[in-house]
Amino acid sequence: MGKKAGKQTFEISNPPTIISTGTVAGPFEGQGPLASDLDVIVSDIRDGQTTYEQGERSMLTKACRLALDHASHSISEVDLFLAGDLLNQIISSSFTAATLGLPYLGLYGACSAMAEGLGLGAMILDGGFVGSVLVATSSHNSATERQYRYPTEYGGQRRPYQQWTVTGAGAALLGYTGSGPRITAVTVGKVIDMGCKDPLNMGAAMAPAAADTIAAYFSDTKSDPSSLDLIFTGDLGEVGLNLCREELAEAGIELGDKLHDCGLMIYDRTKQDVHAGGSGCAASALVFLGHVYKGLQKKEMNRVLLIGTGSLHSPTSYMQGENIPCIAHAVRIERG
Amino acid sequence: MNWMLYVNAFWVGGLICMLSQLLFDTTTLNMGQILTGLTVLGGILGGFGLYDPLIEFAGGGAAMPIISFGNSLAKGAITEAERTGIIGILTGMFELTSTGITSAIVFGFLAAVIFKPKG
Amino acid sequence: MAKKKLNPKQEKYQQKVKKYESKPALFKNAFQAFVSGGLVCLIGQGFIDFYAAVMNLPKKEASNPAVATMILIGALLTAFGVFDKLAAYAGAGLSVPVTGFANSVVSAGLEFKEEGLVQGVGAKIFSLAGPVITFGVVTAFFVGLIHALIR
Repeated sequence: MGKKAGKQTFEISNPPTIISTGTVAGPFEGQGPLASDLDVIVSDIRDGQTTYEQGERSMLTKACRLALDHASHSISEVDLFLAGDLLNQIISSSFTAATLGLPYLGLYGACSAMAEGLGLGAMILDGGFVGSVLVATSSHNSATERQYRYPTEYGGQRRPYQQWTVTGAGAALLGYTGSGPRITAVTVGKVIDMGCKDPLNMGAAMAPAAADTIAAYFSDTKSDPSSLDLIFTGDLGEVGLNLCREELAEAGIELGDKLHDCGLMIYDRTKQDVHAGGSGCAASALVFLGHVYKGLQKKEMNRVLLIGTGSLHSPTSYMQGENIPCIAHAVRIERG
Repeated sequence: MNWMLYVNAFWVGGLICMLSQLLFDTTTLNMGQILTGLTVLGGILGGFGLYDPLIEFAGGGAAMPIISFGNSLAKGAITEAERTGIIGILTGMFELTSTGITSAIVFGFLAAVIFKPKG
Repeated sequence: MAKKKLNPKQEKYQQKVKKYESKPALFKNAFQAFVSGGLVCLIGQGFIDFYAAVMNLPKKEASNPAVATMILIGALLTAFGVFDKLAAYAGAGLSVPVTGFANSVVSAGLEFKEEGLVQGVGAKIFSLAGPVITFGVVTAFFVGLIHALIR
């Protein structure tokens, strides 16, 4: 059985394999530098549906089916579906769960959903409760814009530190077959509130949570950065990544060029007008399940840490002047 | 044709927009809050009769920005109150701004029926 | 709004945020707003003169059809999905003139059509322009009242 290391970390004693992944990206993400690592690039932001919301769930369902197809698994072989997204009441995940007809646990960790799902899935598998878990998440630029901010056709200038919500979906099938990358440790984050109120600057709000979880991982596992090849934060963007580096440096942790941010990797900021970088559940899902997963398979890296970062505010909470509570979960993945 | 009016329209209108942009860039105020402030400013200037001379001077440069909306609301209320007494504040409020509000509602509604947001 | 005091740790972090927060290009944005705002107002003046000449109206009344025309232009640009791209460049230059009012109404109407004509379009159409009307009317009400009382 899994064992607890330190206060927040769980070492997975029987590490499950990420058997396969499925990634679906929007057309704008398809123009980014990692497009060749993604399975499907849809040509229409509604993916042929009527609303953005339906488009998002269509992409999420496609990602799930792709992950299953890649492993030649049928839906009936999946024991549990874990999913989360950004839309109110995680509606995209729930509708997708209805379509798939699987036992389902909905997750809300905002943009940390992929890391949260991978971690939780590994723990449930390690606990021996099930034999296979499908983990998925999605986000949609237009659907989140209209829910959290402005109508999509509203002509507002964006702040330079703002991020661009990634449109796309990713799914991963976890189990004990195959020789893919394995999830070997999970660090569950604490909610961190450093007094940020500006919902347009989520990178800055989330950076301390990411730094806190990274520091907890190293102290719980009694290891240092040399034990990892690469470290990926979810969607801190440029501002958040700089702040995270500074927070870590103050804690005596120097990550140098091992530290990358999925939100910065998915777009080419010299050509794509996304200001401080990408954000949203799909940022880490696409970069990790597409690009990093392939890197692990190709043996370009051996041991990586993914830190999913989530800004947990609601449209009501920030309108009422509350601070933005943030969380970050880490999962360690090792080449199979 | 009064060409000077066009020059004035350009620089006065441009200046109002530029100052609003600077306010947007140097504070955390969003554009909605700035526009609301400008409308209130227009109402107050209208109360003192200070905005009409600017429209006289700059034409569209003063008539197009949202300040003019506040000014028109105030002027409508004041003018009608002078004619019919205090109830005129209520009846005259939208006297001058009806064009803007009505056309925005009608065009907005029609656009919503016909078009789809591009995302 | 609840203004909770920040603790010293949060206070210190907020200072760091200010340091790393990328700053807007003040001069460039201001210049773009000036030119585009000026241009919009210039076009507006053109319509005022046009309607004054064609409909034989006094200047003051000609601004009514001119405003309506500018709103129509703003509405069409919004409906065709162009306004937000132009506004990304022009900023306040498109938002402060009546074109911005049109955009806020039309974009809200357009966005919420999937929620239905009554509860979506009808209810949400003023979700952005509402504050301008509310505060404008309240201001004008008191301005009118003071005017009527001191007269």
